[in-house]
Amino acid sequence: MTPTATWYLVVAALLFSIGGVGMLVRRNVIVMFMCVELMLNAVNLSFVAFSTQLDDVGGQVSVFFVLVVAAAEVAIGLALIVAVFRRRRSGATADDIAELRG
Amino acid sequence: MFLTVLFVVLAAIALGCAIGVVISRNPVHSALWLVGTLLAIAGFFVLQKAYLLSAVQVIVYASAIVVLFLFVIMLLGVDREESLGDPLRIQRPLAIGLGIIGFVLLVGIMGNRWATGAETVTGPLRGGAGGNVEHVARALFTTYLWPFELTSALLVVGVVGGVALARRSNAGEEEAT
Repeated sequence: MTPTATWYLVVAALLFSIGGVGMLVRRNVIVMFMCVELMLNAVNLSFVAFSTQLDDVGGQVSVFFVLVVAAAEVAIGLALIVAVFRRRRSGATADDIAELRG
Repeated sequence: MFLTVLFVVLAAIALGCAIGVVISRNPVHSALWLVGTLLAIAGFFVLQKAYLLSAVQVIVYASAIVVLFLFVIMLLGVDREESLGDPLRIQRPLAIGLGIIGFVLLVGIMGNRWATGAETVTGPLRGGAGGNVEHVARALFTTYLWPFELTSALLVVGVVGGVALARRSNAGEEEAT
């Protein structure tokens, strides 16, 4: 009995769900960001599982591009968080930046 | 059998650390739990013989991105404990319910064989000369050369945007803050 693609897909679905719940539950913007990373990684895992199952190199190339986009996204997102923090030192939670006005 | 044991251990680490990310009160602890999940996923990649991606996962995700997170946490000094109490009482049960529904839907899609496709559309992963690295590199630098070059533009835009957003702009705005 060796792990099949279905096992990996179930783990990926669980990781995605945990990330989504964290995204909805947490109020700290940085932790919400980490939950987005969890969801991206779950998708990467399923990409690789399909790539192995179907003997196709496209899935692994897709993971490569997802990694690049994630890196750019983290750079921009954390810069946004730093910019928001500079304006209001009171808190980092999503409630404090609920309205778009500075 | 050995692979199964390895899979179960890695799955336990990945899921446990993911839950740790969500429920830790301190953002620094969340970041450290995230490292655990990312390393377990790198282990999954090795298990599936995606060696290049597992190396990239450790180098880019588990080190570079998490270090960036930790830098920002330390820089902003938000590493204090956060109360997990919720202003909206309904939100947490609703979120957990939605998560369970999402998981069931994902597994349902998998069970119905909707998510299968033709084999070896863009190129074979096994067989032929060379290992995993050579296969991925060949696809990346022939079929996907143009998207690959475009990612460099994306990264430059990301870096410029990050600098523009995060730097202190001028004296006028400094007084306003």
